[in-house]
Amino acid sequence: MMNRNWYSNLGFGSLYLSTFLVVGFIAVILWDLIYKGAPSWNWTFFSEGPQEGMTKGGIFPVIVGTFYVTLISTIASLPLGIGTAIYLQEYAPDNLLTRLIRSSIRNLAGVPSVIFGLFGLVLFVQHMQMGTSLLASGLTLGLLTLPTVVASTEEALRNVPQSYREGALALGATQWEVIWHQVLPAASSGIWTGAMLAISRAAGETAPILFTGVTFYQRFLPQSLFHEFMAMPYHIFILSTQHHAIEIVTPIAYGTALLLLVQILILQMIAFYLRYKQTSTRR
Amino acid sequence: MRDRVNRLMALIIQACALSSVLVLMGIFLMLLINGAMLFKEVSVFDFLTGMTWNPGAFDGPAYGALSLIWSTILVTIGAMLMAIPLGIAMAAFMSEVAPRFWRNLLKPLIELLAGIPSVVLGFIGIELIGPLLQKYLGLSTGFNALNGSILLCLMALPTIISLSEEAIRAVPFSFKEASYGLGAGKWETLIKVTLPACTSGLIASSMLGLGRALGETMTVLMVTGNALQFPHGFYDSVRTLTSTIAIELGEVASGTTHYFALFAVASLLFCLCLIINIAAEAIAAKFRYRQT
Amino acid sequence: MSQMKLEAKGLDLFFGAKHVLKKVSIRIPDKQVTALIGPSGCGKSTLLRCFNRMHDLNPMAKLKGDVLFEGQDIHLSKAAELRQKVGMVFQKPNPFPQSIFDNVAYGLRLSQKLTKSELEYKVKAALSQAHLIDELPDLKASAMELSGGQQQRLCIARAVAVSPSVLLMDEPCSALDPISTRKVEELVLQLKSDYCVVIVTHNMQQAKRVSDLTAFMYMGELIEFSETRQLFDKASHELTRNYLEGSFG
Repeated sequence: MMNRNWYSNLGFGSLYLSTFLVVGFIAVILWDLIYKGAPSWNWTFFSEGPQEGMTKGGIFPVIVGTFYVTLISTIASLPLGIGTAIYLQEYAPDNLLTRLIRSSIRNLAGVPSVIFGLFGLVLFVQHMQMGTSLLASGLTLGLLTLPTVVASTEEALRNVPQSYREGALALGATQWEVIWHQVLPAASSGIWTGAMLAISRAAGETAPILFTGVTFYQRFLPQSLFHEFMAMPYHIFILSTQHHAIEIVTPIAYGTALLLLVQILILQMIAFYLRYKQTSTRR
Repeated sequence: MRDRVNRLMALIIQACALSSVLVLMGIFLMLLINGAMLFKEVSVFDFLTGMTWNPGAFDGPAYGALSLIWSTILVTIGAMLMAIPLGIAMAAFMSEVAPRFWRNLLKPLIELLAGIPSVVLGFIGIELIGPLLQKYLGLSTGFNALNGSILLCLMALPTIISLSEEAIRAVPFSFKEASYGLGAGKWETLIKVTLPACTSGLIASSMLGLGRALGETMTVLMVTGNALQFPHGFYDSVRTLTSTIAIELGEVASGTTHYFALFAVASLLFCLCLIINIAAEAIAAKFRYRQT
Repeated sequence: MSQMKLEAKGLDLFFGAKHVLKKVSIRIPDKQVTALIGPSGCGKSTLLRCFNRMHDLNPMAKLKGDVLFEGQDIHLSKAAELRQKVGMVFQKPNPFPQSIFDNVAYGLRLSQKLTKSELEYKVKAALSQAHLIDELPDLKASAMELSGGQQQRLCIARAVAVSPSVLLMDEPCSALDPISTRKVEELVLQLKSDYCVVIVTHNMQQAKRVSDLTAFMYMGELIEFSETRQLFDKASHELTRNYLEGSFG
């Protein structure tokens, strides 16, 4: 009996320990980013461009670049992804082909991001002759997030009770009216949750923009869709691995990493709020 | 009018779906076609078993990807050795031990970890983990396979934890009741009844975590040192398939053998990820089937 | 013989390989309440849904034979137009997650261009027809906060707001308490002066209380269809008698 108790305590102890390890690790990472990143946050950091070989100044054009490229990717992936999900959930017959499409989209969510970068290089930069540009990068990131958008939208549509559809149809609504008036509004918080996750993913990715348009330094903000741009993830990468004076630029890299983290935290909190709102109003 | 709108929208929606599918098929075809071009000049056997990867050499470039493949496997195995036990243990903690309040606190934390961009984790690897490894293991540099494994473990953990927790929670309560009824304790029930009942779910979640780690680029690129060599252990510097693409694609001219070689590497990676994902999905589907 | 409101002629329906309606022929008159009864799974709800083409949604459903509305094949007109004339109330109350007003106004807004005051007038008329107007002071409140019985009457108001000529009711009281059930039944009896009402019910007492005609279905077949009193007092078919006596169900 004694033995059995000891064994059980050891077992549960290991569960506690594992959780403690994981949580501790996350805490250390967050603390490190905040502790070393926060001191470099000041007005200049946000409002000015890099100066003196990036050792001084701020990251204003870097923030703007990330904003632009994320915006483009969202404009590209949201309508296409939501449309695809609507097709799969509301129009497509439940047959082998539909299941095949659905499973291939799901599998694409697991394709390494660097491969999307390759595809963006071949399709947008080379074949469609966009060159290395904001547009090419934005579209590449759009493709990367497409499976996420499709999957989360499908999930949201699936959760809309069939009775809403039937109710509207029975009142003489056409299929599109059912979708537009009843299904999409009821699914909207789920769709937006997915969109927030897609945006935060697009903003943080590096590999897909590496060959399609990001540049480590540019004196001006991108003036058109066909210009190259700076971006926060790439800025961190360059400052921490490729810069000639890594010691000096480390605080700037920390500041940038913290900003990226805060941005993702905000997007996730919006997503969390939307989900919370949905579960509390439904029923 | 209403009818016309209805039909027009049906067309637009179909066009969306069609173009998504085309684009996604396009990725597959682009990779395979470009990758296949390499094998006009290099045999598949040499590509998969060659020890030297030196595409830049003037006299006889070499396209042997074995060291890259082994590097990838090494780093990934290291990550999984840490992530699977940690992840499943934490999932079990969250679903079976933790009170509701703690679960509600841990879940967003895990989601936050999933949201941290790989480049930020790589940065942490450089600034925090690398120096620690260097100091406490007495190495000349902290940039090695172990560092990469630790970071990949962090990247795979959210997938493993959240999917495992789902699987464990899906085990019917009646199973546990039956076990308690026979006089088993909480721990025995967990180990002998609950976890075995969702084994396929746990395997599927681990495989999806593996797929995530396998395809990760930035973290390994930043912390593994990227030396072109055949690694012999976790303290060696490694260069994975993904880092090779990231490092070399920027500097190669399109249409050269080297260029195609990178696509061949990407195709290999793509196929590996696809196989793992499809297998995981099949296992998970079997799990769901048994549940109902 | 006068023209029937709804008619099915030799109707067969398959869900994939399953044969769920077998050669059903039925003629449903106007301004009467027709009840469809039978054990669960007998196809009574399925038959009801044929009359406003709700099976269009299900790609597995294959229909053979004719369904007529006012003598016209329903598959010749547009589904949306048909459903405006043949309204439906479902088993579980299914208000949209919107305000009470918007729920009732939804069907009106779809098909008619109305001014604000016309819309308001019609919505209130529909609500008073369903005896809801006095219970609900605030039409801007969410429909999801109403009680189950109120929700179901709201769904009836929603259906009658577009002035259909037929009202199909699919076990409208099965999710309601006895008091709400009584209110809905009273409503049905009043509605029959304006509409052709077809009601599916598993409750034989209810069929007796509200319907003029009753059809008994069993295993996808229409066994017997006659005046309610006749069917309940002296059913001609053995199966019907057994069912009414409660030997199965």
